[in-house]
Amino acid sequence: MKLTVKDLNSFYGPAHILFDIALEVGEGEVVALLGRNGAGKSTTFRSIVGLVQNRSGRVMFEGRDVSDLPTHAIVRGGLGYVPEERRIFTDLTVEENLEVGRQPKRAAAPQWDREKLFKLFPNLGEMRGRPGGRMSGGEQQMLTIARTLMGNPSLVLLDEPSEGLSPKIVEQMVDAILAMKKEGVSIVVSEQNLHFARLISDRAYIIERGRICFGGTMAELDARPDIRDAHLSL
Amino acid sequence: MAFYVVQFLTGLASAASLFLVASGLSIIFGVTRIVNFAHGAFYMLGAYVAFTLTERFSGALGFWGGIVVAALAVAVIGVLVEMVLLRRIYHSPELFQLLATFGLTLMVEDLAVLIWGPDDLVGRRAPGFKGAIDFFGQNIPSYDLFLIVLGPVVLGVLWLLFQRTRWGVLVRAATQDRDMVAALGVNQKWLFTSVFALGVFLAALGGALQIPRDAVNHAMDLRVIVEVFVVVVIGGLGSIIGAFVAAVLVSELNAFGILIFPKISIILVFLVMAVVLIVRPWGLFGKPEAPARRTPGLTVNPWRPLTMNERFAAIAVLVLAAALPFVAGNYLLTVGSEIAIFVIFAVSLHFLMSVGGLASFGHAAYFGLGAYGVALLAKMAGLPMIACLLLGPLLGLMGAAVFGFFAVQLSGVYFAMLTLAFAQIVWSIAFQWVSVTGGDNGILGVWPEKWAASPSHFYWLSLGIAALAVVILRIIVFSPFGFALRATRDSPLRSEAIGIDGKRIQWTAFVIAGTVAGLAGALFAYLKGSVFPDNMGISLSVDALVMVLLGGVETVSGAVVGAIVYKALNIWLVSQTDWSKLVLGAFVVLIVVAFPKGIVGTLEALMHRRRKSSSSVSPLLTSRIESAE
Repeated sequence: MKLTVKDLNSFYGPAHILFDIALEVGEGEVVALLGRNGAGKSTTFRSIVGLVQNRSGRVMFEGRDVSDLPTHAIVRGGLGYVPEERRIFTDLTVEENLEVGRQPKRAAAPQWDREKLFKLFPNLGEMRGRPGGRMSGGEQQMLTIARTLMGNPSLVLLDEPSEGLSPKIVEQMVDAILAMKKEGVSIVVSEQNLHFARLISDRAYIIERGRICFGGTMAELDARPDIRDAHLSL
Repeated sequence: MAFYVVQFLTGLASAASLFLVASGLSIIFGVTRIVNFAHGAFYMLGAYVAFTLTERFSGALGFWGGIVVAALAVAVIGVLVEMVLLRRIYHSPELFQLLATFGLTLMVEDLAVLIWGPDDLVGRRAPGFKGAIDFFGQNIPSYDLFLIVLGPVVLGVLWLLFQRTRWGVLVRAATQDRDMVAALGVNQKWLFTSVFALGVFLAALGGALQIPRDAVNHAMDLRVIVEVFVVVVIGGLGSIIGAFVAAVLVSELNAFGILIFPKISIILVFLVMAVVLIVRPWGLFGKPEAPARRTPGLTVNPWRPLTMNERFAAIAVLVLAAALPFVAGNYLLTVGSEIAIFVIFAVSLHFLMSVGGLASFGHAAYFGLGAYGVALLAKMAGLPMIACLLLGPLLGLMGAAVFGFFAVQLSGVYFAMLTLAFAQIVWSIAFQWVSVTGGDNGILGVWPEKWAASPSHFYWLSLGIAALAVVILRIIVFSPFGFALRATRDSPLRSEAIGIDGKRIQWTAFVIAGTVAGLAGALFAYLKGSVFPDNMGISLSVDALVMVLLGGVETVSGAVVGAIVYKALNIWLVSQTDWSKLVLGAFVVLIVVAFPKGIVGTLEALMHRRRKSSSSVSPLLTSRIESAE
């Protein structure tokens, strides 16, 4: 297994947010984490990369227990994270944003550099010197993904990549994610949009109120319209 | 004409050092979000170490090498400080960070005296820059010209460093979103440490470069830090260009202010700062800050009024305290009066910073204004004591009304820096306006009238007023006004959304706190029989902060306990050691790191836990509430 999460519990202050989350992601797989707003998708990702301080449980990445490592060490190990709110550096240019994400090459992981990423996201190549703050939402979303890929991750957590994007940009996003998959990057993508998830994912988990309530292939999910209707808004 | 050109150049030369120190402070703040109060101390250490090295090693190499080595050596000290102290408090509320670095400043001051002695040290001239250049009959020291060139050169080097290197890109990224930088695999710890090292290096270099111009002494840290605060507030915290422009502006204002308005030269700079803050609260080149973290906020124990039993207990304690004159001698009664006065002072600051969420670093200004108010009324107008006690604090009220109006436009560290700067203005007026305030000699002979003159009577008077002040402030805390104030503290946006005029509420709180502090100052003037500029000095402001902190920032009346314990300790300490600043500074650092809840806060937490454990709630829930933000 590429990534195994067991018994993950997280807290924000006195509030218990995640309850015994368990996830598995295989080598080269694209797994969707589906759920409504506030179900706990982002908190799950933030807990996996260590951005939520108050948590318990185990996160195994490539056979190593990374639960107690600081965020930067987890990420350096090859577990990339693309946050939901984009969080690009608005004062930095496109190229400087990519520079922040740059990490040494890793033998086992697909490798990326600026030129390769500009091929994957041609828009970015045309605005290398533009400050991040003067880009459209779609371009910013591309940039966050490209920035994380600069770290040569073997697995990427993509938090709601389609959120707030126009249909045309979403199409480009699908292409980009499939291209990443083709390169051999394992991906966990959180989504509210089942249609988008179906286009890219091999398997899916459904999270509701901080608990995983379904896990299986996309076909298995399609065979259970009751679960789909109960936990996902269409 | 030539004279004005020379004056202008002198200003530019002074700007160089100021820029070095201010840019260091700005860089450190940008990434770590810590306003490093100890920056002045590093500046001073740079000067002292450079003095020692340049005296020891002769020749041009000895001099220039000594300056650079001094800056590097102090940077190493800075790295140690960062790793040992600051790393522990990066997630603390900013008040704690300011206090810890201030504690450090106090320690360094005493250490400097311990190592280099209390006298001014005059360093040697810079080899190659000893002479002066004749400019239409006016002399310009050639070292000044060197500094004038150095400023822009350093600016250029810093610019290249931040624009052209990977390290610079990472620092700029971290300035905007440090968590995201960590989430991209960058080790923040070393980034922070290296940034801190650079900032301290710049401060120390600024200090070291001053030795051919100025004598080195152990008061230069506070002098420079106040100027630097002004510079970064005008230029915008976090902006290096802003630091440069503002350093030039401030230095020129100083240089020409002395010619044009010699009486108010110090005030001129602060006036400019006030104007900038009104027009652009985040400084000329700064960016608007996201709402600051809540100032208090380690736990969420809701405040509640005292229960009946607790009220009886409080009254019993008061009665006990009132019985002191029957058992104690005059010395103890005087100490008791002083403690009672500082209880008033501490609760007034507590009201502002715990209830209002506005941590003032210049609260002594209003204490001092009250004291001067009484002294002036008693000596010049010859009013009776009761009238003086009632009218004297009005000077504190007026000061608080004027300064508070500007100060509450800001929050967090900007608020702290501005209140400190205002306190320095008041202090320098008292110090400079000799014809009215007596300057350094103060005003003497402010003695209480017969009915209050005996130590026991004065003690009862102080105790009574202290009790009254505590009760009134408590009533305000639990009044609708108090609710609105606390709502504004906890969430400015939400309280505004329900129709609370946050700025006006905070201004009112500032005025209340200033008036009560003025009352304490008024009593203090009668207790001591005199007033001095030090009655409004920085160290008194910090004393008050420490009292509140020691008692417990998040409690309703912890300041009372804090004031009693701290003042008693302080009086004892001063009688025991000559190095009170060293001990006091270490004490402050220790509280911040090991004991952030204070005495009352810790007791409350213990009681809370006992109550909780009986109802079996997961300890996880109560342990780390602060990560909730």
